[in-house]
Amino acid sequence: MKQFQYLRASSQQEALTAIAKPGTKIIAGGTNLVDLMKRGVTAPDKLVDINHLPLKGIVATKTGLHIGALALNSVVSENSLVVQKQPLLAMALKAGASPQLRNMATVGGNMMQRTRCTYFYDTTMPCNKREPGTGCGAMEGYNRMHAIFGASDHCIAVHPSDMCIGLAALDAVVIVTGKKGERRIPMTEFHRLPEDHPELDNTLAPGELILGVEIPDNHFAKNSYYLKVRDRQSYAFALVSVAAALEISGGAIKQARLAMGGVAHKPWRLFEAEKALVGKAATEENFKHAAEIAMQGAKAYEYNAFKLRLAPASITEALKHAAGMA
Amino acid sequence: MENENANFGPEHELDPKDNSRRTFLKQSALITTVALTPGIAAKAADMHIDEKIAEAFERVPLKMEVNGKAHSLMVEPRSTLLDILREQLDLTGTKKGCDYGQCGACTVHVDGHRVNSCLTLGVMVNGKKVTTIEGLAKGDTLHPMQEAFLKHDGFQCGYCTPGQIMSAVACIREGHANSEPEIREYMSGNICRCGAYPNIVNAIQEVKGGGFVV
Repeated sequence: MKQFQYLRASSQQEALTAIAKPGTKIIAGGTNLVDLMKRGVTAPDKLVDINHLPLKGIVATKTGLHIGALALNSVVSENSLVVQKQPLLAMALKAGASPQLRNMATVGGNMMQRTRCTYFYDTTMPCNKREPGTGCGAMEGYNRMHAIFGASDHCIAVHPSDMCIGLAALDAVVIVTGKKGERRIPMTEFHRLPEDHPELDNTLAPGELILGVEIPDNHFAKNSYYLKVRDRQSYAFALVSVAAALEISGGAIKQARLAMGGVAHKPWRLFEAEKALVGKAATEENFKHAAEIAMQGAKAYEYNAFKLRLAPASITEALKHAAGMA
Repeated sequence: MENENANFGPEHELDPKDNSRRTFLKQSALITTVALTPGIAAKAADMHIDEKIAEAFERVPLKMEVNGKAHSLMVEPRSTLLDILREQLDLTGTKKGCDYGQCGACTVHVDGHRVNSCLTLGVMVNGKKVTTIEGLAKGDTLHPMQEAFLKHDGFQCGYCTPGQIMSAVACIREGHANSEPEIREYMSGNICRCGAYPNIVNAIQEVKGGGFVV
């Protein structure tokens, strides 16, 4: 690992001043960053350790639940407010990584983690995300884990987080701060599609710091489910994952939220499928119909065509679980 | 290398308290170093002096408590907790498996919580308490989890074992050892390539069921 300077930030202002300099990166849990630095995928000149900033709180507000950027994934997943009000988030968090990693990983860091595309990690391979302009190794390579939605000619990598899939489904808002002050970014707009700039994973401006995330109150707690399909039962990245949340009243679906992981460069919200569910009865037939709608525009590559069948089946399965039918 | 391998068989029959295997490895490494250090290599080493001086200036202070003992060290910011434990404090019980947070062999407790020490920068545990596998036993009395791993044959080669045991203790403390599926889920961050999983689960269930204070 390349040597770097280390600064333990004691205030938000100190952190913001430090990260304004190019070549500087923030470190929180470090579970992805240290890994990337060891492999030479990234080599910052300076690391700013923000773990001492007071951003760990989980509090119920008048309109929702606020979770600080430095709250640990393990703590959030077991927090009584989260379990009670937003069980989908707890489920998504517990589906991610391992207990040890969840004890280190933070909410903000989880949002900032990079793709696990093997071509991004392998510094001997071309990768437009790691080194813009070098090409995409995955496009004609072993692309079994890769995107079926929203990919570009420059990058077909997928976003790796489970937590963010849950947050996207729950209409969460990311609160960030920077030189120009605070701003709020909907979770569905925090991450971006690769387009012509796959090196940019998200819409955070240079020098901005994540303060936390807010989940508006909802009526999904009774009927939500996070389904993760992977190569082994635990401790693996998703082939496909589905966050499903329903509000069911008198047998009819009043509101629906669906987001998928493992299929796109960002948490993939299924807005059209959600609309198709509203006002319908919670039946397998209706769930299958919604899943068909969700798959419109999907495009597979040589090794990931199985996702074209796995994804709709997973959507149906997740909805059945959410509705208490499985 | 052939000699080292040949020595592995009989080593297993030695008293486990005997550290002769480690001593042997250190000595053989020394012999190799001497054999490879004629004039050219020595000169190359000389040329690294500048680098060494620079490194000394780049070190930062780290205070932490390891297994109840306070340590005040100077470390490079890039040194992981794992490397500091093994290389600077000679606590080689914690193992380096993958070094990328994928296998769990390096699991230790920081302020009572299990973490992957290979992905933890040493500077980030400043002021914290670290417990390694060496800190579990009380003198000659093994920790109940260590006893259970022996009794249930919770290992074959033993390389993942320190991490498995640290994780197993945490698994019970966290309240996630209530059933076999739950234990398997909450031990999934520790890979055992010998496949001792059923015996590891049995060991954890015995400690949990025995009501031991872990």
